[in-house]
Amino acid sequence: MKIHFSIWLASLLGLASIASHANDMAERIKPCEACHGNQGRAGPDGYYPRLAGKPASYLYNQMQNFSQGRRHYTMMRRMMAPLSPQYRREMADYFASLKVPYIPPSVKSNALSSTQMARGKQLALQGDPALEIPACNACHGNNLMGNTVNVPSLLGMPSAYLGAQLSAWTLGERTTMAPDCMGEIAKHLTANDAAAVTGWLAAQDIPQTTTLTHSLRVATDLRCGSAPELHGNVK
Amino acid sequence: MKSCQLTCKWLTALTLATLLTFTAWVAWDNWGRFFFTSETTTAGNETHQTPQTLARGEYLAHIGGCIACHTAKGGETLAGGLRIDTPFGAVFSSNLTSSKTYGLGRWTATDFQNALHWGHSREGRLLLPVFPYNHTSVFTPDDVQAIFSWLQTVKPVEQAQTPHRLTWPLGTQPVIAIWRSLFFTPTPFKSNDSESAEWNRGAYLVQSAGHCAACHGQRNALGSFPAVDDLSGGFLSPQLWVAPSLIDATQTTISNSKLNDTANLLRTGQSQSAHANGPMAEFVQHSGQYLSPADAQAIATYLKAKIKPIMSSDASPNAVRASSTPSAHALYKTHCATCHGDNGEGKVNTYPALSNNPAVVLTQPENLIQMALYGGYGPSTTEHPRPYGMPPFLFTLNNQQIADVLNHVRSQWGNQAPAVSPTQVDRVRAAAY
Repeated sequence: MKIHFSIWLASLLGLASIASHANDMAERIKPCEACHGNQGRAGPDGYYPRLAGKPASYLYNQMQNFSQGRRHYTMMRRMMAPLSPQYRREMADYFASLKVPYIPPSVKSNALSSTQMARGKQLALQGDPALEIPACNACHGNNLMGNTVNVPSLLGMPSAYLGAQLSAWTLGERTTMAPDCMGEIAKHLTANDAAAVTGWLAAQDIPQTTTLTHSLRVATDLRCGSAPELHGNVK
Repeated sequence: MKSCQLTCKWLTALTLATLLTFTAWVAWDNWGRFFFTSETTTAGNETHQTPQTLARGEYLAHIGGCIACHTAKGGETLAGGLRIDTPFGAVFSSNLTSSKTYGLGRWTATDFQNALHWGHSREGRLLLPVFPYNHTSVFTPDDVQAIFSWLQTVKPVEQAQTPHRLTWPLGTQPVIAIWRSLFFTPTPFKSNDSESAEWNRGAYLVQSAGHCAACHGQRNALGSFPAVDDLSGGFLSPQLWVAPSLIDATQTTISNSKLNDTANLLRTGQSQSAHANGPMAEFVQHSGQYLSPADAQAIATYLKAKIKPIMSSDASPNAVRASSTPSAHALYKTHCATCHGDNGEGKVNTYPALSNNPAVVLTQPENLIQMALYGGYGPSTTEHPRPYGMPPFLFTLNNQQIADVLNHVRSQWGNQAPAVSPTQVDRVRAAAY
């Protein structure tokens, strides 16, 4: 009986501490909101990407990447440097758990010609095997809203942000754990193709259901250090 | 060309002789000891070390910042490659793992002692003084041996030295030799028998592993080594952070805090009255949090004893005093008051107070500007694993607004400090470090 009581008490205390941790995280992530918007729903100019609802491990990996020199941005480096990996993980879990409505970016994306839009759509949904470019939705989820725990959504961001990321991948300014598959893919994109695919992605409506979905068509030869779980989904 | 007259000849000879003497002096000063002395230590890597010695070596490597400086961000522990920006260029730390090609794998304990006590590498090369060998020369031979023994247990990482980015002739052996002759003398620790054992332990740690003077001591334009016990304040360039004087009672909370509180700041990143940020947060994160409670207390004891109570509090009497305006007050209310309180009272254990806080009224405002522009978190430590943080205002407030709100803070609730100018804010913004 005594044992039962202490287990009951321990679990109650455990729950209470989890609850208070969750409660105080809102206060602890205040610095993030200055750029990433209230509750991490994306910054006002569209250049500070959404954090809310993004896959937890993707967010965690980015924090690690900024503090370990695989991504470069002074503000993020300075913010992340003093924090332990455990605390970063806790922040990532917190943002991943937030379900806040999407707001379309206030920044207008560049208008594209219908030919460019068609090319963008083709790259996003079919890829271009001749250029060794897999479809975006092969990894980023069937509805491009992210895949399991490591691959982020591609919708809801202006083309300028997406384009800047692609350039950064191409130049090696943005990298991730090896093998760096996104870095490889970006290097196969011409400037025109990059403009087309980012323009098309930025023009898409955000689906009503934003839950993460598995992708069904992951390229068999693709190995991503940042998303090892993708291999398991092949076939 | 006419041949030299007699006076001219004499002058030439004199110049040559002076140069020769100078060169001989520098050479003797840097390498002479190798001709006559051979410091003996328990040589060899094979000496069996007790687990206690290894543990002490690892402890010293942690609190001494060996691991912090010799590990690149995201790199293998102690494999080197961390970029360190100095006013003279960027240098990259060396590989201290047991790699035989790139690390200390072939070093003997004597080689290592030569490095720590004399700033010489195994081949007799003079080490760049970014490695604070004035401080490592304070270490007892026993502690040097302990660090070395532990380093030899670190798994080898085959990682080559990243070339330094220094403008020629900086970093060349003759230049380092001259610099050393001017600014480096080994200073083995001398205990002070009139002080307590705790004071002496604190003094030893501050002057050796802690190497506090590296930031909190004064350097001249040539980047001289400060005396190992010089804690009169320094300035970090190109990072633009002020390392306040630790002996001036008005510049830190040391004099008004309990020893325990100062020790907590060193080990956890925060105390009742102070929060560590910037380079001090880095120290706490990588080194301070590993300090044993007794050692942290000893450092606090020594530091408190070093405080000089009466210092001229106004270094620049002609400086314009900070003052507030209604719009500055409005900025404070909108952006600062939620966390720091309407009267700068802060929130205990969460957000620092801005009233009665020496860091707020330092004559040089760079630290305050850094915080206002970049915000940021304190260090995650074992005892404070989840610090609260401050939002950045880099993107929301312009230089004038930052200066205004800081002048408000520096002129309220009893605060009195020189005014902050938008130009000073811009300088920190432009450094973008």
